[in-house]
Amino acid sequence: MSSQAILDGAITIALVLLTLSFLLTIVRIVRGPTLPDRILALDMLVAAAIGYIAVIGIKTGYTLYVDIAIALGLVGFLATVAFARFILVRGQADEAGTSDHHELTDEEENSQEFEEQGAQIKKPKAAKPIESMKKETK
Amino acid sequence: MDDFVTLLVAGLIVIGAFFALVASIGILRLPDIYSRMHAASKAGTLGSGVMLIALAIYSDDLATTTRALIGVVFFLLTAPISSHLLAKVAYAVGYKMTDISVLDEMGESMQKKNK
Repeated sequence: MSSQAILDGAITIALVLLTLSFLLTIVRIVRGPTLPDRILALDMLVAAAIGYIAVIGIKTGYTLYVDIAIALGLVGFLATVAFARFILVRGQADEAGTSDHHELTDEEENSQEFEEQGAQIKKPKAAKPIESMKKETK
Repeated sequence: MDDFVTLLVAGLIVIGAFFALVASIGILRLPDIYSRMHAASKAGTLGSGVMLIALAIYSDDLATTTRALIGVVFFLLTAPISSHLLAKVAYAVGYKMTDISVLDEMGESMQKKNK
């Protein structure tokens, strides 16, 4: 059994494992239950796609896609950062199912306090540009 | 030598794909966003990184090798930043940890600040 035949078998196994990984991640995106879970799973999809690109590059010798892999990683990173900012601005965690058993504990009250603090910090940020714009118009 | 490189690449891509599968199983099975993040950001980055390293070893072209290695470095830099940011934001907004968690150091330090 030549080493090339072993490599072909390894490529097939790797593609099967990556496909399974992709499908399981998609199950998590569909099931949620919260927005951060979905964002995290999208990040994982990007990683799996980059794995595909590397394996296909070894299989076919078509290495042009490596550039695309780098660009895809950049886009995935920026998308995750932008989504994180979006969660912060949206500032609510009322979606059901952050855990399986829903009980009001001390921890939850604390988290609500943090939420209020976050809102207080955010308000001046939003107001500042408007004030500066008013000054400019005067 | 050539045989050794081919076998090494074969091993690396199977290991990388296995880690990607482990990461996605972790995302599916673990109970809350913070523990899922732990699976995705560590095992997921390792999986794609190892596969890119395999491509770098296998390629004869220097340009492809350097690009693949640059990709690995880029992922190692960005994956912790993005997952840390996501975890911090999720905690600040109030997504709860699972009921079986035993330690919440962030909450304790925030309580001390409030006092």
